[in-house]
Amino acid sequence: MSPDLILFFLLAAVALAGAINLIVQTHPIHSALSLIVVMVALAGIYLLLGAELLAAVQIIVYAGAIMVLFVFIIMLLNAGKEERTSLSHAASWLGVPLAVVLTVVIGWRMGHSAPSPAMGGNVSGVSRTLSEMLFTSYVFPFELTSILILVAILGAVALAKRDF
Amino acid sequence: MSAFLNAYADVLIAMVKVLAVVIVLLTTVAYLSWFERKVVAHMQSRWGPERVGPYGLIQPLADGAKFLFKEDPTPAGVDRFVYFFAPFLALSLAMTTIAVIPLGPGQLEIFGRRTWFSIAEVDLSLLVVFAITALSVYGVALAGWASNSKYPLLGGLRSSAQMLSYEISMTMSVVGTVLMTNTFSLRQIVEAQRGGLSHWFLFPQFLGFLCFAISAVAETNRAPFDLVEAEQELVGGFHTEYASFKFAMFFMAEYGAMVTVSLMLSVLFFGGYFSPFPDAARFHWTLYLPAVAGLAGGALLLVNGIRYHTALGRAVLPLVALVLMGIGGLCALPAVIGVIQGPFWLATKAFVILFIYVWLRGTLPRLRYDQLMNFGWKVLLPVSLANVLATSLVVALGK
Amino acid sequence: MAAAPPATYAVVLSAILFGIGALGFVFKRNIITIFMSIELMLNAVNLSFVAFSRLLHVLDGQVFVFFVIVVAAAEASVGMAIILQVARNRHSLNIERIDLMKL
Repeated sequence: MSPDLILFFLLAAVALAGAINLIVQTHPIHSALSLIVVMVALAGIYLLLGAELLAAVQIIVYAGAIMVLFVFIIMLLNAGKEERTSLSHAASWLGVPLAVVLTVVIGWRMGHSAPSPAMGGNVSGVSRTLSEMLFTSYVFPFELTSILILVAILGAVALAKRDF
Repeated sequence: MSAFLNAYADVLIAMVKVLAVVIVLLTTVAYLSWFERKVVAHMQSRWGPERVGPYGLIQPLADGAKFLFKEDPTPAGVDRFVYFFAPFLALSLAMTTIAVIPLGPGQLEIFGRRTWFSIAEVDLSLLVVFAITALSVYGVALAGWASNSKYPLLGGLRSSAQMLSYEISMTMSVVGTVLMTNTFSLRQIVEAQRGGLSHWFLFPQFLGFLCFAISAVAETNRAPFDLVEAEQELVGGFHTEYASFKFAMFFMAEYGAMVTVSLMLSVLFFGGYFSPFPDAARFHWTLYLPAVAGLAGGALLLVNGIRYHTALGRAVLPLVALVLMGIGGLCALPAVIGVIQGPFWLATKAFVILFIYVWLRGTLPRLRYDQLMNFGWKVLLPVSLANVLATSLVVALGK
Repeated sequence: MAAAPPATYAVVLSAILFGIGALGFVFKRNIITIFMSIELMLNAVNLSFVAFSRLLHVLDGQVFVFFVIVVAAAEASVGMAIILQVARNRHSLNIERIDLMKL
């Protein structure tokens, strides 16, 4: 039982617990907090997989900005607990087993697809190589995403304005 | 026994380092409150804490005892989990950042093992600091919301909006330094400032320093950006409904964030753990400065302790003073003198920056919320972007 | 280091997280929680990108994760603006109340 394996299972358990808590909780703020826990656990797994820069970006951007937006909206809209509404039971009787089947099929296919080298290893210089790739091979999508963000800012401001 | 020690030596060394740093950090945070009260008081032509110990030095202990014994009511209708979780989150995040800040040069020999002179040595330590800063917005936002009351909610929302806005200019203002040193590691950034005062990044990156300093003051919700927790405006902002120990946790989290920011400023712009004097022979007397500081502080405390007005004080304070003088004397020993230089200079620079922090609080009036947001988005962000542009031009043309 | 865990474990974890996200997307009634399930699915996909990038010894997977995070940010901001307007108009966050094109 190497420390990496223990750490991976610990982080995976935390991520799974957070994900299950997200769909079990009735109040959206608790779901948001569970999602933040999932994201931080995933950042830890990225570190184990050798993606240091991505782990930092995940926490700074995803858990530290996007989820703050979610929490803000929940607070502003004063979202309360979910109401129990009449739900078609056929959906849950059919849906849950099918979701389980989907998960198992995806996991089985992907898990057996490629040879599996170990997770740890040399991570020095990954940030530099990653940034070089981002600005040479992938510069076009990079510029496109910056335009996308500009459009999103304009759209969000235009949509959320109150007409006085 | 020795086999056990050998196997877990790294873990034990890490625990020793964490213990040492946490003790120093908690003491600093407690006495920072005393320091702030004294300095602000003297700036306002009054005395500040004077009665509780010589020069009011026992005041933080008295405050701590008060916080422990005060009643801790929970308001009605709060979301219990979030209400109890928010101060823990705030305090733990504020105490965590110091783990990646380099406290001294190179490696130490503890019990025969070599270990870096910081709790954790990470390649991307700058990004770790920003990640933890990004997460600390939650402490404030959740506290404001969980209190189930108007003023905290308003204060919490405004405070988190302020923290998010200034976080952007804070990260942008450091990009210039990263461009100059080609690394995200705080230790490498400090190493690039080796050689004394003239090599500090304060001078080439002056604009970045200004942007970072102002953004950091706004990020920690300190004056003049403390509208969201000012008594005259919002009762107490996001910590209105928190009493005794949970309020103490927010209090400590704020001072902890101040200490972290001061350390970051020292590391990024003021040469970190390097002495401002270059490494020439005529400056060798500066190696004895930590010893002198310890002895002088101990002597001052001794003189005041002997003349104290209660018998208990006259018994305890000279003992504390003698311990302090002993530590000062230890710093002059050849075994310790090399090791203590790094942390001493880092602490001195952080102390000067903390004084400036408190000075700002005692001097400047508060910014109104819309002035604050305008300043962050329309002034600081363009200025820090201009700094990035200018630095990248200079670096690219210099190659 | 001895016996580091294979990256396929991460791929399996990503599949399970995706399944849980899909369940949440279908069964929850609050719009914001549905949105969060979508974010969970995006995170699961990010994890599989990083795991495959490790398996195939290329960095393109990690570059794609950057883009996914950026797109998720843009989508979250516009989505939140839409949710804000919908909640103001319908005074409810329950999707069963927001099922008519005309008020």
